[in-house]
Amino acid sequence: MAKALVFIDNPGAALKKSSLELLTIANSLGQAVVAVNGELHDDVAAALGAHGATVLYRPSATDLDDYLVAPKAAYLAAVVAASGAETVLLENTADGKEIAARLGVKLNAGVITDVVGVDADGTAHKSVLAGSYTTTAKARTAVAVLTVKPNSVDVEAPAAAGTPEAVTIDVPADATANAARVTGRAEKPASGRPELTEARIVVAGGRGVDGDFGPLEELADALGGALGASRAATDAGWIGHDYQVGQTGKTVSPQLYISAGISGAIQQKAGMQTSKVIVAINKDAESPIFEIADFGIIGDLFKVVPQATEEIKKRKG
Amino acid sequence: MKIVVLVKHVPDAQFDRHLTGPGNTTDRDESILSELDEYALEAALQLSEARGGAKAGNEVIALSMGPAGAVNAVKKSLQIGASSGAHLSDDALAGSDAAATSLALAAAIRYLGADSPVDLVLTGMASTDGETSLVPAQLAERLGLPQVTFASSLEVNGEHVVARRDGDAHADTVEATLPALVSVTDQINEPRYPNFKGILAAKKKKITALTLADIGVDAAQVGAAGSLTAVETAEARPPRTAGTIITDEGDAGIKLVEFLAAQKLL
Ligand SMILES: Cc1cc2nc3c(=O)[nH]c(=O)nc-3n(C[C@H](O)[C@H](O)[C@H](O)COP(=O)(O)OP(=O)(O)OC[C@H]3O[C@@H](n4cnc5c(N)ncnc54)[C@H](O)[C@@H]3O)c2cc1C
Ligand SMILES: Nc1ncnc2c1ncn2[C@@H]1O[C@H](COP(=O)(O)O)[C@@H](O)[C@H]1O
Repeated sequence: MAKALVFIDNPGAALKKSSLELLTIANSLGQAVVAVNGELHDDVAAALGAHGATVLYRPSATDLDDYLVAPKAAYLAAVVAASGAETVLLENTADGKEIAARLGVKLNAGVITDVVGVDADGTAHKSVLAGSYTTTAKARTAVAVLTVKPNSVDVEAPAAAGTPEAVTIDVPADATANAARVTGRAEKPASGRPELTEARIVVAGGRGVDGDFGPLEELADALGGALGASRAATDAGWIGHDYQVGQTGKTVSPQLYISAGISGAIQQKAGMQTSKVIVAINKDAESPIFEIADFGIIGDLFKVVPQATEEIKKRKG
Repeated sequence: MKIVVLVKHVPDAQFDRHLTGPGNTTDRDESILSELDEYALEAALQLSEARGGAKAGNEVIALSMGPAGAVNAVKKSLQIGASSGAHLSDDALAGSDAAATSLALAAAIRYLGADSPVDLVLTGMASTDGETSLVPAQLAERLGLPQVTFASSLEVNGEHVVARRDGDAHADTVEATLPALVSVTDQINEPRYPNFKGILAAKKKKITALTLADIGVDAAQVGAAGSLTAVETAEARPPRTAGTIITDEGDAGIKLVEFLAAQKLL
């Protein structure tokens, strides 16, 4: 049976939904095997088994996080050799794409990024040119490396679950030879809101919020959504760069995107125009954001947003 | 210091962009220098200037791979301040995916380093058409260089490279020694515009035209033939159209909630 390898980098205390999605795709392609880096809690290992992982690979080295990307690609190449996997699935993050890139060179394997669906024959679906085309692509090689966006599939656990076999993989001795070192790490505080790229609802603010994200935070919380921002807002330092949506920020595709005080420049649209429903609130009727909004309000966000938040709270009791 | 900056010629996103032909490749009419590569060029120019610029023997070479028109991305880079340019162009390169592109660019960089070694390869964080961010990591792998990618700051002290890389959960300080490959984000600097003096000076600067034969790459390794992935189908998504637009008359917040309720989004 064909094998599909899922890479999970530092799973932490509980598996993320995006990791379970990768496992779901792996199960649909054949026998799922998993390569982990970093600490592995017992209940995480059990959850991996419950979601179909038959083999659990771990690296012989514990210092892969001390380097940027390169040794993780070397480790995965060794896992592919040991497992005979034909498909490798990774998260569509900056690290995930770059590990995929290097793995592709090592294995002479085709790499496809930004995947939103995989057919049983390995055909990958994605959208390109800022959402203006949907395409299908396929690797022409023995091994295919795919990075998959979150919210691409519904998580399903296979009927037959077991305890995965544990295998340690020797990381090649030269894996860190030409790698850049991570010499400092500052953890960022968690917001307690959903992860921006995975959220069902995103409430985003731009220059129009004029330094005060308070009303948008309250609306986001009333809706159970994530907070986003335009580059004008992140450049002004009103909110962290991790909240930026757009060409050089995050690409999001939620059920609902509420844009407030954002003009809708091409680089902003690039990151949000595949959202299911777009709501725009802007003072200026000429703002390009209104060209793509399903529901647009010409008005002052400081009046409209708090009123909407109140109404939602009232309805939700 | 000898720096190679990679500059890609991409379709201008201000216009509609299209996929065409049997390989579903990008239509390159109305193309410009990828705006994300301007940050890499600016970073290179700042490093060179801090070391006394061209007079002190520093070199900034703008390298682009692409069809005839891609020479314009090189020319624009020379106007902005690069000291010389190289344009890799060959019919056999058409339809190259990231693997084929990185293979050809790696060979071109080796070629440019044949007389004197390249200290630093600088690239943008992503091309604004392909948007894969694969090429920089693949180049680092192929050239055996330390990979310092998504740098939002960059310092080079002697042989020592220090950069900041912003992740979601943490911000990292990343260090390497030269020679290295660095990709930069749009957070790193404020790219300059070409001025009149720069535009005049660019006319005298050299652009080396390179073919696959020059860089010793076999045509079968690149282009659609050498690519490891194939785009099989491409369908234009119908453009979004405007929906209901209302002007706030004091109750727009409530109307918004009614809309969300009707869409079952509450
Ligand atoms: C290389 C590059 C990459 C970029 N990447 C990104 C990216 O990833 N993401 C991104 O967003 N941008 C990006 N940009 C920037 C982009 O071009 C725009 O400059 C930016 O999106 C503008 O942000 P804005 O809409 O918040 O600000 P503005 O364009 O200034 O718009 C502010 C809007 O707020 C409205 N407004 C003001 N006050 C109120 C109020 N009280 N109530 C309601 N409306 C109000 C105004 O009418 C206006 O339309 C990039 C640019 C470059 C060159
Ligand atoms: N054909 C090309 N010519 C020159 N540079 C390129 C080319 N393709 C990619 N690059 C460089 O690699 C970066 C990332 O591109 P990509 O991997 O396509 O997102 C770009 O910002 C460029 O600096």
